[in-house]
Amino acid sequence: MNMNAKREPAPYMNPYQAGFLLGLILLMTIYITGRGLGASGAFKSVVVAGVAAVAPEHAAQGDFYQATATSHSPLKAWLVFEALGLTLGAFLSGVVSHRLTWQVEHPTHVRPRTRIIAALVGGTLFGFGAMLGRGCTSGAALSGLAVLSAGGILTMAAIFGAAYGSAWFFRRLWN
Amino acid sequence: MGPFVPDIITDELNLIIGFLIGMAFGFVLEQAGFSSSKKLTGLFYGTDFTVLRVFFTAGVTAMSGVTLLSTLGMLDTKIIFIHPTFLYAALLGGVVMGLGFVIGGYCPGTAFCGAAIGKIDAIVFVLGGIFGVFLFGEAYPYLSDFYRSGAFGDLTVYSLLGMSAGQFGLIMIGIAVSAFIAVGQLERWINPHGPASSFPKVSHRMAAAAILLIGVILAMVPERTERFQRIATSETYQRQHPVKRMSADEIAFRILDKDPELQLIDIRPPEAFAQQSLPGAVNIRPSEFFSKQWDDILRSRKTKVLVADEETPATTAAALASLLGYQRVAVLEGGLSHFTKTILEAPSAEPNLENANQDERRFRLRAAPLLTKMISERNNLPPAKRPVKKVLGGCGI
Repeated sequence: MNMNAKREPAPYMNPYQAGFLLGLILLMTIYITGRGLGASGAFKSVVVAGVAAVAPEHAAQGDFYQATATSHSPLKAWLVFEALGLTLGAFLSGVVSHRLTWQVEHPTHVRPRTRIIAALVGGTLFGFGAMLGRGCTSGAALSGLAVLSAGGILTMAAIFGAAYGSAWFFRRLWN
Repeated sequence: MGPFVPDIITDELNLIIGFLIGMAFGFVLEQAGFSSSKKLTGLFYGTDFTVLRVFFTAGVTAMSGVTLLSTLGMLDTKIIFIHPTFLYAALLGGVVMGLGFVIGGYCPGTAFCGAAIGKIDAIVFVLGGIFGVFLFGEAYPYLSDFYRSGAFGDLTVYSLLGMSAGQFGLIMIGIAVSAFIAVGQLERWINPHGPASSFPKVSHRMAAAAILLIGVILAMVPERTERFQRIATSETYQRQHPVKRMSADEIAFRILDKDPELQLIDIRPPEAFAQQSLPGAVNIRPSEFFSKQWDDILRSRKTKVLVADEETPATTAAALASLLGYQRVAVLEGGLSHFTKTILEAPSAEPNLENANQDERRFRLRAAPLLTKMISERNNLPPAKRPVKKVLGGCGI
């Protein structure tokens, strides 16, 4: 399904300009709501809601599932709404820049199946790591950097340090 | 003064704001190219430094803004969510995420972007992420001790290094600009067709100079608390802005009269306050005047009388309160020591006094036992310390 087959995708925004806009959005978020941006927290809400629906007794036992359980549904959380907005915003950006296409993005010599397995493994690691680090690149690293949190900056250094340190071993996935 | 959650903005409205903020966030991320795993991982292979540029620019912009708003007294950094530091979990979690980034090609936020424009690998990454969170939930009973170890609370890097937020901000800006220059060179060398090839040099240099200038200003302007405290202690300011003094007798009378227009504010340390304090007094330290925590009391229409052991610290605190825009502030004349001496320990022996002073003396003698009883009854009360109403945030537990 090629939704924009006729038109070439628009070029990406200048990275500094995009970074400046992103910084202003983050600043506005902190100024209005007192909290930063996030993404992995939405994963958590889905898991907590899912486990509570499928195995309520199991959810009642685990500290992890209880810590966020409140009187209302775990899906009625700020980060869930923010993540839904994020997805819609990215979709609109894809519409205006003609980048909507169903595809498995993979380097030419990497088979789509390999890319899908790598995405699944990488996603699993990231989800696990984000819970351990109390936030991901958005919640811990970027929002932590904005308020100069020691833990956030440490997590940021660890993410990029580990990524650079291991990039050579996974080079066949990308080059 | 920001933030407007939790006092002004309700939970429901906050969800709508979250949705709108998310939309802007997602739009800009996608425009920057963060919906493509090839572009994201280019960072780790030296072919495309877009991620570093966007990420650092955003971080430095937001950080400068937060520091600036806090310096101007428009944002209460005591209330906003500071990502808490748990040393070991922060490090190991970061390492696991780094591996996930290189293998999976996305991070959670960018995976939402990729999924939104039809990248199937990004959708799979999101499903993997949800599965990873589930695995963590199942493993949590075994991990919880490690998860909580090395706790440092709301630790900021600048307080750790003993500098002001602005000074550390300048260092961050310096690091960011140096990194931008270095990766520009590197990218042109590794990938001549990378984004750096199309950058307009002049405007970039001007932007770099501008942000460095902002950094220098942030580092030079002393922190708001420090600045205001210095002005409040200066004799010149105190002489030009005299504070209303209320006599011990008037305070004693108004306490016994249960005057609803009187609000006593004890500025001594909590330990001293817990030991003995005047009836109806609340304990607010001058450093807490800067926070929104006690806004309702400090902004109330009552006459706020600041109380300390001596009068001088109360006068300085009153100057600080008026600098911060709080009105109807007075101090207890002579401080608590004078109050104790003249009222509570009023000498019972009646020396020969003129008639005019006899009334005062009679009042003091009558007031002393009543006030002493009221004060001793307060001593059995638990300390009424108000917890800071912090904003909740973050992605973990």
